[in-house]
Amino acid sequence: MPDREVRIGVYTCHCGTNIAATVDVRAVAEFAAALPHVVLSREYKYMCSEPGQDLIRQDIRDHNLNRIVVASCSPHLHEHTFRTALKVGGLNPYYFHMVNIREQVSWVHTERAQATKKAKDLVRAAVRRVGLHEPLERGRVAIHPDVLVVGGGIAGIHAALTLANAGKHVFLVEKEPTIGGHMARFDKTFPTLDCAACILTPKMSAVRAHPNITLWTYAEVTKVDGYVGNYKATVLRHPRYVDEDLCSGCLQCLEACVYKQAKVPDDFNLGLSKRRPIYIPFPQAVPQVPVVDPETCIQFKSGKCKTTCIEACGERHAINLQAESKVEQIEVGTVILATGFQTFDAARTPYYGYGRYPNVYTALEVERLVNASGPTGGEVVMRDGRKPQTVGIVHCVGSRDENTHRWCSRVCCMYSLKLAHLIKEHTGAEIFNFYIDIRTPGKGFEEFYQKLLNEHVHFIRGRVAEVTDWVFDASEEGKLVIRVEDTLAGFVRRIPVDMVVLATGLEPRADAAEVRRLFNISCGGEGFFLERHPKLAPVNTFTDGIFLAGCCQGPKDIPDTVAQAGAAAAEAMALIDAGYVETEPNTAHVDEAVCCGCKTCNSMCPYHAISLVEEIRKSRVNEALCKGCGTCVAACPSGAIRQNLFEDEEIFEEIEGILSNA
Amino acid sequence: MKPKVAFYWCASCGGCEEAVLDLAEAVLDVAAAVDIVFWPVALDFKEADVAGMDDGAIAISFVNGAVRTSHQLEMARLLRRKSKLVVAFGACAQLGGIPGLANLTTASGVLDEVYRDMAVPLRESREDGATLTLPELFDAVFALDRAIPVDYYVPGCPPSTKVVADAFQALLRDPPPEPGTVLAPNQAMCDECPRRDRRPEDVKLARFYGVEERAIDPADCILAQGFPCLGPATRAGCGARCIKGNMPCTGCFGPTSAVRDYGAKALCSIASIVSGNEVEEIDGTLDGIADPVGTFYRYSLPASFLGGQAGNLPHGRQ
Amino acid sequence: MPEEFEPKIVAFFCNWCTYLAADLAGTSRIRYAPNAEVVRVMCSGRIDVQFILKAFAKGADGVLIGGCHPGDCHYQEGNYKALRRYRLVQRLLPQMGIEEERLRLEWISAAEGDRVRVVINEMVETLKRLGPLRKAEGERAADLVEVA
Repeated sequence: MPDREVRIGVYTCHCGTNIAATVDVRAVAEFAAALPHVVLSREYKYMCSEPGQDLIRQDIRDHNLNRIVVASCSPHLHEHTFRTALKVGGLNPYYFHMVNIREQVSWVHTERAQATKKAKDLVRAAVRRVGLHEPLERGRVAIHPDVLVVGGGIAGIHAALTLANAGKHVFLVEKEPTIGGHMARFDKTFPTLDCAACILTPKMSAVRAHPNITLWTYAEVTKVDGYVGNYKATVLRHPRYVDEDLCSGCLQCLEACVYKQAKVPDDFNLGLSKRRPIYIPFPQAVPQVPVVDPETCIQFKSGKCKTTCIEACGERHAINLQAESKVEQIEVGTVILATGFQTFDAARTPYYGYGRYPNVYTALEVERLVNASGPTGGEVVMRDGRKPQTVGIVHCVGSRDENTHRWCSRVCCMYSLKLAHLIKEHTGAEIFNFYIDIRTPGKGFEEFYQKLLNEHVHFIRGRVAEVTDWVFDASEEGKLVIRVEDTLAGFVRRIPVDMVVLATGLEPRADAAEVRRLFNISCGGEGFFLERHPKLAPVNTFTDGIFLAGCCQGPKDIPDTVAQAGAAAAEAMALIDAGYVETEPNTAHVDEAVCCGCKTCNSMCPYHAISLVEEIRKSRVNEALCKGCGTCVAACPSGAIRQNLFEDEEIFEEIEGILSNA
Repeated sequence: MKPKVAFYWCASCGGCEEAVLDLAEAVLDVAAAVDIVFWPVALDFKEADVAGMDDGAIAISFVNGAVRTSHQLEMARLLRRKSKLVVAFGACAQLGGIPGLANLTTASGVLDEVYRDMAVPLRESREDGATLTLPELFDAVFALDRAIPVDYYVPGCPPSTKVVADAFQALLRDPPPEPGTVLAPNQAMCDECPRRDRRPEDVKLARFYGVEERAIDPADCILAQGFPCLGPATRAGCGARCIKGNMPCTGCFGPTSAVRDYGAKALCSIASIVSGNEVEEIDGTLDGIADPVGTFYRYSLPASFLGGQAGNLPHGRQ
Repeated sequence: MPEEFEPKIVAFFCNWCTYLAADLAGTSRIRYAPNAEVVRVMCSGRIDVQFILKAFAKGADGVLIGGCHPGDCHYQEGNYKALRRYRLVQRLLPQMGIEEERLRLEWISAAEGDRVRVVINEMVETLKRLGPLRKAEGERAADLVEVA
């Protein structure tokens, strides 16, 4: 119990009308004024504003307050803000408690009397609790200067380069044998129609060449331990069977492979072409080192190959079919997750005919068709060998749909316009785009749309119901018929086309749930990694030291991805350059007067923060390792462990405050 | 003038009286140092004698047993008036004790169970023109400090000889202990358990056993063997007498000062070391605790949050 | 005409999952019954059984525990400890005359704002059906001791 008299200031916020429209703020403030130990109770429009915080600072001095309660929004938003206000006002920041009467009262309840009563109960609970608060000091933990970037798409590449240029050492870990991500598969990028490879590959080369970047491709992070500033990660590097240090990138081994005809579906070209068991994903792959696929290589399967690849490699001896995977252990201070997205599987919308009709393509497949280094050398040629004369582009496949994904994938309208333009350019075909809305919010995007309109691409507003080969009359013979309600014209139409392109949306990767557990972050409802705050902290997560960049956080285009990657790099840099991070003081500690050395707590802690000190036969908590969960506190059978800021007595007071009818 | 001392028993088994006698020869020293003015089990002083004393005339009254009849309440109040200090002696007085388990039912429930319609106790009956009365049996059992303000507590069922001797010493010391103190060490019993070093660091139990189910290894930590030993949750002072008798601790010394509800904390801690993460597995393990309230609240139900008619305990609760 | 009984629920929400889900319900303007009042803890593993019983003793008609889904605890395993304690307390409550539905443990992740609404509304309905806890206590015994 505190020795000196407890003097509490209570501040109830209107938050404009966010709280005041539902909760009678004045009544709450008046109620608070009458509570024991409350010396001062104010209501104010915006407590988090500068004048609001100033009120607190002034009042601490003028009224000799030694405890502060603010009833406003969620502590996740402004607990830090107000604690800082206390600090500046000369009071220990932990003499503070925050009451959530917005997110958990005014925004979720409608009846004024009930909402006001709930607010009062919660304020009473806080007033009772805060009287027991003790002054606490934050600890400091040093930040390891190295950074781990997971994912080598444009997001990971940009983040890595930004950090490396700032003199930080970066580990860039990429699952595929090459960096580049989805962008490497694009032909041109909207709205400028820049060649994707032309803008991407210089950055890829820069990554390769940068002395501050350790690039591990064909590798995955398998374990992460530690906490902000001090992460220990285990990286599993799969064997390529070609030594990266010895290979010169001449690619003669590819030519020399006993398979004269490529037989293995080429993943980079989405199965539209074939590769050999020894391959390089695409010509500008970084690193420029081939990979041997043990599933299809004859030497691996039967041991009876002439291994002409090894012959062709000659004196370099770069090919080693006995290579084994390697496990690396690294220490880093911060992590940036840039693991990207996967495209929606068009097989889930079978009414669009993907997989059933050979001339139905996904947008990404079409990117490969129009690309000069693609499976058709840049010719838009369908699976049956013909060039299309009419093409239908179906927007929102898998997006904006209760049956698949509710969200808008943000990039599909723009890339559908882009593909319309490119296909028309390559083939002169008549193009129809079927859309629900045309979403062109970015710089130059609306102008791009106008350009397409001027190119006489047809735009039909309607969600396509189905793609079918069931023909009505001779004019539809041999074509795919798109059935759609043209909502502007007001009737259902049948549009026969040669080729259908499905604008499939973006979704979280299938392994997102696994990855997020590895790094101890959360996923949102849609499955993308969860940001700390959608507006104010889009690259931070709730786990300090772990940042997000790119589509793993939500669908976005390349400019936004690059911006976010830069932001994540900046956040990491801010931590590293500060040199330390402050740790929350809500750690546990053992009251050695009460501890009997039963060791119940020792095995409760997942961070191994508690151990028995033999000399005194009592347990002790290593506060640097303690994360403040409080599990040991509840488990201690004799009440000998306590948790700062979450003492039993403080919580009992909160419970009594909520339930008391006073 | 030797200080006057009284011993009284409310709802008790008589074991606490024995505990005083267990001082053996030392009891003669006690008898020499104080003037025992009231001790129904041993001496012939009457209630009227106590009523006739001045208020505060008795230096210390040691009251054992819980309060559950109108007569016990009356006597508790009487002794409080007539004493400078009142010590709640033993688990029943401190926490409600084993009689406290009656709080799981009502007074009529208890009588039904005992007499099964064969007899009905009468509050009042007339015999040969005289009126005989029985005290009222309350519906609830109370710890002593719910009836009167209590100055100190001597825990245990019964208190151990050492704790009794140490308590006498402490009370006669100058300055006396803080009011409200429990006169026993403030660590859990593991502190004095001879098997403490045999407890592995990581105890995770997949099964609980009753003492009737299998033999207890006389050397190893009893909890680690799967018997719900409440030693880690229970205040020390007994010298681990039950452990030395190769039986698990049942919690008669109550909690340390850091715990408000003994049974809740003990339950919380025992549950924490159950192995298994799936509900089915956990439930299978918990099936081994057939009677949770009896296991965790054997001595402390009236003093618990829920089992004592709730409310704050304004006097003497640490 | 007696006022309709409004059950009082004390909810212990873990900071990283359920508390955030409740915040999300707020930012999404999802409406639900006002009967639950939240005590925030860092992890469901912090929830001492004393808190649960204290809440019932002080007038709560129901107690709700909210934590992260198994496998997702921000602190690895705290929620498993909460689960084990919950299963044992559930066996204790009926022995003390408290219906086991008055205590509820729910796994609610940070993304499940709507689940907060569903769980709280359901719990209010259940408690309205069960009636106030206090009345049950009063039926059992009288609180008749005065302190001298």
